[in-house]
Amino acid sequence: MERPLTKNIRPNQEPLSLAEYEKAGGYRSLRKALAMQPKDIVTLVKASNLRGRGGAGFPTGIKWGLVPPVSSAPQPRYFIVNADEMEPGAFKDRLLLEGDPNQIIEGIIVSAYAVQTEKAFIFLRREYFLAEKRLNKAIVEAYEKNYLGANILGSGFSLDLRIHSSAGRYICGEETALINALEGKRPVPRAKPPFPLVCGLWGRPTLVNNPETIANIPHILNNGADWFKSLSAGPDSGTKIYGVSGRVNKPGAWELPMGTTVGELIGDHGGGMQKGYALRGIIPGGASTDFLLPEHLGVPMDYDSVAKAGSRMGTGTMTILDDRTCLVGFVHNIEAFFSRESCGWCTPCREGLPWIVKILDAIERGQGEREDISLLEQQCRLLGPGNTFCALAPGAVEPLQSALKYFREDFERHIREKKCPRNKS
Amino acid sequence: MLTEEETKEIIAELAHCELKSAASIEALKVVQKRRGWVSDASIKDVASLLDMTTAELDGVATFFNFIYRKPVGRHVIAICDSMVCWSLGYEPLRELLQKNLGIGFGETTKDNRFTLLPSACLGACDRAPAMLVDEDLYGPVTPEMLEEILGKYQ
Repeated sequence: MERPLTKNIRPNQEPLSLAEYEKAGGYRSLRKALAMQPKDIVTLVKASNLRGRGGAGFPTGIKWGLVPPVSSAPQPRYFIVNADEMEPGAFKDRLLLEGDPNQIIEGIIVSAYAVQTEKAFIFLRREYFLAEKRLNKAIVEAYEKNYLGANILGSGFSLDLRIHSSAGRYICGEETALINALEGKRPVPRAKPPFPLVCGLWGRPTLVNNPETIANIPHILNNGADWFKSLSAGPDSGTKIYGVSGRVNKPGAWELPMGTTVGELIGDHGGGMQKGYALRGIIPGGASTDFLLPEHLGVPMDYDSVAKAGSRMGTGTMTILDDRTCLVGFVHNIEAFFSRESCGWCTPCREGLPWIVKILDAIERGQGEREDISLLEQQCRLLGPGNTFCALAPGAVEPLQSALKYFREDFERHIREKKCPRNKS
Repeated sequence: MLTEEETKEIIAELAHCELKSAASIEALKVVQKRRGWVSDASIKDVASLLDMTTAELDGVATFFNFIYRKPVGRHVIAICDSMVCWSLGYEPLRELLQKNLGIGFGETTKDNRFTLLPSACLGACDRAPAMLVDEDLYGPVTPEMLEEILGKYQ
């Protein structure tokens, strides 16, 4: 099985230096790209059917094709890699950023050439100190070799790349909030439309991509669209960095064919459930995704299959809910996170999430009332898609609405018995 | 008053910015790196350097979890309280930390050695429960390991 994204990653060791990376075949794709017309690279990425690995799964080539042509849009335009990986349960981009920083940078240069942007940023979450150090080293080396800077390898194409290290706030992962943060403003989301592709950083066309998405680009350039499609086990192309965390024997993240099933991930790669614990629920791709159940073990982890099962693949890093952890406490923890990280800009999110947390807290402490369940359901509707300024609140209520659907008895029992059944006192 | 060094470092950041205000986070970090936190006076000084109002800059500073608008200890412990760490031992770890240090969240020990803060997911779910001391990530952290870890930070 080919693992293009992680083949250079040596666990617990320093990543490859630029010289070692080149020896392993690195920066071939840049030379190849610079000899191509930018629009032909966009066509190739479209043909590869690469879908965005940030969670939404939007086809990357189509997104690139929406960047307005150089002739008709203000300059400079910007390319941003969104490495603000802050959603609970997500830890896949860290693997690539720390493990093979040169691959990310080569991906950025090729992508920036394809959409003809002269300035690029890596928006990195504050806590990824090791990734920051390693990326900075790789950037310095890339400038020395003229892979970055003016007139790259004599091609006439220039690119400036900088890291922006954030200061810790989940909302910055929302791309318009991220753009406000880069402008030095209070990072609340912007209204869409206009979309950043047309009017983003400093009012200019701005493309935002996930690090894992970008890491695929050099390999697609080197090996072609058909090769990329052949890597997967299902309809979506390529490999995917999947992860499993929670009460399994071997939590971790691995590069596997896209479409590996939920059960294979938990059993074969995660080493199965720890002794004495049974699988109760699965949050498939970060805290903002609906629960799946043990009956979904056969579901392939690709965008459409997980959607059909009633959730979203999201980041592809799944979290296990075991049978000895209180479901209400677990959901309370998730909602407390979203409530704390709400930017406060729009009313439903600012007011609704703390209300949800208060109700869940009361239920967990044995002070819940019968009507609390319908109140929670009402909140799930009020905070759903279309009612809020950005996707934070709709994402926040996904695990809650599916918990009310699948694990309703847990809520009812807390209310009926006036205590958490797991709490002996 | 900003020191000459601080001013110089902030001005160096401005070379990469379309507007001075774009360097707000970088500038606040320059101050925090040297003084440990960002005082009202520093907000005023940085704001004037960046052509921002103090309210505008404070709106940015107070928005972020790790721009400190109150003094912190020599070392900052950020313990991950998100769903994976929570279900794998966050609570006993927090209780032990709070008991041993004698402080709650947002507080600093009397000897000014540690400040304890809650943290959103640290992106180390495969190493839960996780915590960050200054810039060092630890996980999985068991109660038995705490003393040794904290011993490294004087």
